[in-house]
Amino acid sequence: MKTTLPARIKTVAVAIAAAGLLTGCATSGNPKDPIEGFNRAMFAFNEGLDSAIVKPVAKGYEAVLPSPIRTGVTNFFANIEDLFIGVNNLLQGKVPEAFSDLGRVVINTTVGLLGVIDFASDAGLEKHDEDFGQTFGRWGVGNGAYVVVPVFGPRTVRDTVGLVLDIAADPVANHNPERTRDLALALRFVNDRANLLPADKVVEEAALDKYSYMRDAYLQRRRNLIHDGNPPREIEADAGSNDHPLTAEAEALEPRTELAPVVPVPSMLVARTQLPVAK
Amino acid sequence: MKSLFALIGGLLIAATAMSQELAPDVLVKTVTNEVLEIVRKDKDIQSGNTKKAIDLVEVKVLPHFNFARMTQLAVARDWRQASPAQQKILTDEFHTLLVRTYSKALTEYKNQTIAFKPFTLKAGETDVRVRTEIRQSGAGKNVELDYWLEKSGPAWKVYDIEVGGISLVTNYRESFASEVRNSGIDGLIKSLQAKNKSGEATSVKK
Repeated sequence: MKTTLPARIKTVAVAIAAAGLLTGCATSGNPKDPIEGFNRAMFAFNEGLDSAIVKPVAKGYEAVLPSPIRTGVTNFFANIEDLFIGVNNLLQGKVPEAFSDLGRVVINTTVGLLGVIDFASDAGLEKHDEDFGQTFGRWGVGNGAYVVVPVFGPRTVRDTVGLVLDIAADPVANHNPERTRDLALALRFVNDRANLLPADKVVEEAALDKYSYMRDAYLQRRRNLIHDGNPPREIEADAGSNDHPLTAEAEALEPRTELAPVVPVPSMLVARTQLPVAK
Repeated sequence: MKSLFALIGGLLIAATAMSQELAPDVLVKTVTNEVLEIVRKDKDIQSGNTKKAIDLVEVKVLPHFNFARMTQLAVARDWRQASPAQQKILTDEFHTLLVRTYSKALTEYKNQTIAFKPFTLKAGETDVRVRTEIRQSGAGKNVELDYWLEKSGPAWKVYDIEVGGISLVTNYRESFASEVRNSGIDGLIKSLQAKNKSGEATSVKK
């Protein structure tokens, strides 16, 4: 069972992918989404998987476990993730951020009882959000085409490569023995999905076409993350301008200049206690 | 990622009556606090009464939104090919869609708090971003919630809202554009109307 289920999902995914390709890549001409036909098929597959299995399980999980326990689960995995985020911050040359992440891990693993309680945030060490896809983005790698990955959902070509590395470097996925690893992966997956339950209704309410709404939200979100919350404002297409603002966006990332201090000083950590507004 | 939308909950904020000369950050703060205060006490809204949430949004928030501008930003370059009559219908329908989305988000409000980031208004500025952050009790991840405001006359009006970097306005650009490409401005109007009708059906059911 343990081995057959993923295998079966894979088979289905391949079948659907093939179907998607056969139906032709009916594109609506969006240059960011050249394989829209395939992506829509994959999106439908993921939605089906979600409503048939993942969402019901997440709902049950939410119903059974009280909120403080779910928060503990979230924090536990977030703590493991912080280590990995720190590595990515380092790769991006954001040394103070990397040390802040390390500080978070130290505090939360000890005082926070193996990460279950997030004391570091209360202490002013802000949680970051980094992964290999963002690191590549920082390095100047462009998005590439939008692609919907089976099970994992929206990505770009760049972020798909990032995802492979994310998984390779994921401490949970590399945990031994396998039995606890599988349990942990399942728990994290369900917990993550449960955290998103409130968002479902809002997206349903907002989206004219859920596929493109999710796609464009993903692309905007990633752009924002790569720029750490301060992306250059897109040229306003005030009815007028001819270039489509969402496609005319070949902005290069300005390299961060403040890479200078390599040795962390405590004041950097202290500085982190401020909201990162002036970043 | 969807969680970003979830939390639009507390947020949607930017309006309170008659606050003509309020600085943009003060405006955002005042309205946010006012709306959250009400939601916290209102069990109906918390348990998913969208209708009631819509009423709240209409009264408290909407006066501070510039829907014409929002619609124009979402429709982008196709705006010019719409007749004034079509522009008006588009604005009305987009208004309805946004209000319903916001109100839905409000009903998902649990006990997040909103932090207001430092803001200084430079002399002569007429287009600003006011940053806030949604904090969820316990869990580490905060969600940024930013308001873009523009000064029109004496008052500041919100023309864009970003949740976790996703603009609730420009996120529609691509789908609106492909709608217009396929079936013209009228086609876009039709799908907005259809969407709003189906939304109405579900909110009545609640």
